[in-house]
Amino acid sequence: MDERIEIRLSGSGGQGLILAGIILAEAAILDGKNAVQTQSYGPEARGGASRSEVIISNESIDYPKVSKSDILLALTEEAMLKYKNGLKENGLLILDSSIEKPDGPYKILSVPILKTAQEKVGKSIVANIVALGTLISATKIVSKEAIEKAVLDRVPKGTEELNKKALYEGYKLVS
Amino acid sequence: MGKRVMLMQGNEACVEGAIAAGMRFYAGYPITPSTEIAELSAEKLPKVGGKFIQMEDEIASMGAVIGASLAGLKAMTATSGPGFSLKQENIGFACLTEVPCVIVNVQRGGPSTGLPTLPAQGDVMQARWGTHGDHPIIVISPSSVREVFDMTIKAFNLSEKYRVPCILLMDEVVAHMREKVELPEELNIEIINRKKPKASLPDYKPYKDYDGDGIPPMAAFGDGTPFHVTGLIHDETGFPSTDPKVTENLLNRLMNKIYNNLDDIIEYETVDTADANTVIVTFGSTARSVLRAVKLLRQEGFKVGMLRLKTIWPFPHKAINELTQTATKNLIVAEMNYGQLIETVKASADGVFKVYGLNKYNGELITPQEVIDKVREVAVNA
Repeated sequence: MDERIEIRLSGSGGQGLILAGIILAEAAILDGKNAVQTQSYGPEARGGASRSEVIISNESIDYPKVSKSDILLALTEEAMLKYKNGLKENGLLILDSSIEKPDGPYKILSVPILKTAQEKVGKSIVANIVALGTLISATKIVSKEAIEKAVLDRVPKGTEELNKKALYEGYKLVS
Repeated sequence: MGKRVMLMQGNEACVEGAIAAGMRFYAGYPITPSTEIAELSAEKLPKVGGKFIQMEDEIASMGAVIGASLAGLKAMTATSGPGFSLKQENIGFACLTEVPCVIVNVQRGGPSTGLPTLPAQGDVMQARWGTHGDHPIIVISPSSVREVFDMTIKAFNLSEKYRVPCILLMDEVVAHMREKVELPEELNIEIINRKKPKASLPDYKPYKDYDGDGIPPMAAFGDGTPFHVTGLIHDETGFPSTDPKVTENLLNRLMNKIYNNLDDIIEYETVDTADANTVIVTFGSTARSVLRAVKLLRQEGFKVGMLRLKTIWPFPHKAINELTQTATKNLIVAEMNYGQLIETVKASADGVFKVYGLNKYNGELITPQEVIDKVREVAVNA
């Protein structure tokens, strides 16, 4: 029953974290697992701290919301401050390196997600896909084959190579 | 992995189910949290030869749906609390004129415009009694994305079979969440269509109980058998009447066509009720929290179970009655409102069980922990 992994992706509205959540859930399904994705609606989805939540399990998923997440990704300080208390003790906090590390009982992985998207991939809008690459490289919650297929199935035509590069640069941030 | 396994949103599953059931007309006035149903109907209906109309308001949307159904199409609209209020008079018109139609109400926090983006289950009573006068209505409530698909089909089937409006009572959680679904092959989906008059009868009476089942065959406008439709009490010809006998017969037939077929209409699910001391009665997305709580409490040795109502109206009294054959002593009614279904559960329990409410009305889904706490509280007091 406690096979379930709860992931919260947070940042500011417009950073593509809802799409990232959908892609992550679709990758889990490609791996033959169950997945549920939910998100924040309302004003915060248009700027401010917004979130997308994914639950992955080998069994059927009853309660569809994240209560205490195993993993929190935060791309902005505001989102990190808002959601860090919802992270489990010893949970994994993946932070963009522009954010100051908080004190707390977390395993912190601080990596330059936004900078990598901007400088190495060349487009800041693919930060969500860089973040997915980092998340999966660090946690192995879905297979690399599944996430690559899920990304390519969802991104607009003509941006496949860009997004593939974003995914791989994201992987490389975790050695 | 088959091609019908995918991640799907509840509102999307509603549209997929509706089209699979034969919906070919949608009229609506988009409102959160049901908007995706209008959006996707607009996209998908033209591809199957159907029509989508965004109307000027909620009232007109309901009127258009009734008109389309009278013209022979399976028709649906979707709304949320404020729009559901506005539609009520026309829903009553559809009840009295026996026009099949499906109304989706994705519940959000109320009253008034309330909490547009947040879940609630506050329209339980409005779904039953929102329109005036004695009337039959069927209300069903899904708990998962797959069930949204299945129940949308069921809503059309029941509506067509019994010539009654059917309300799919969803909530924001089940409407907006995306989850893995495996859709059935279209060939395996049971589709029911309304009864048509046997031949082109020159003396076709649109409200005559030809078959003795209380359900008159329904011609479509355009079939060549025009008939009169009115919101006034009417006789078999469809023309108004104030005759007491005609009035009584009509109302009895409207009620009996539903209440004589409860076993066909009503569905519910029981989990671990056989030896349960306490049973949690619930529906919609709240049932998912209850299910988790039941699993966790069972691990601790609590004798607890769940009764999930898939059909809310007509109320499944049989489900409550069946619990009298078990060890059940306490019922907890878990709902995201101030306490609506609980009154009917209490009436149904008729003093046999102690009935407690677990209510939440702050825009958040009841959590498994809150269910666990309530079960513990009841266990201490019992």
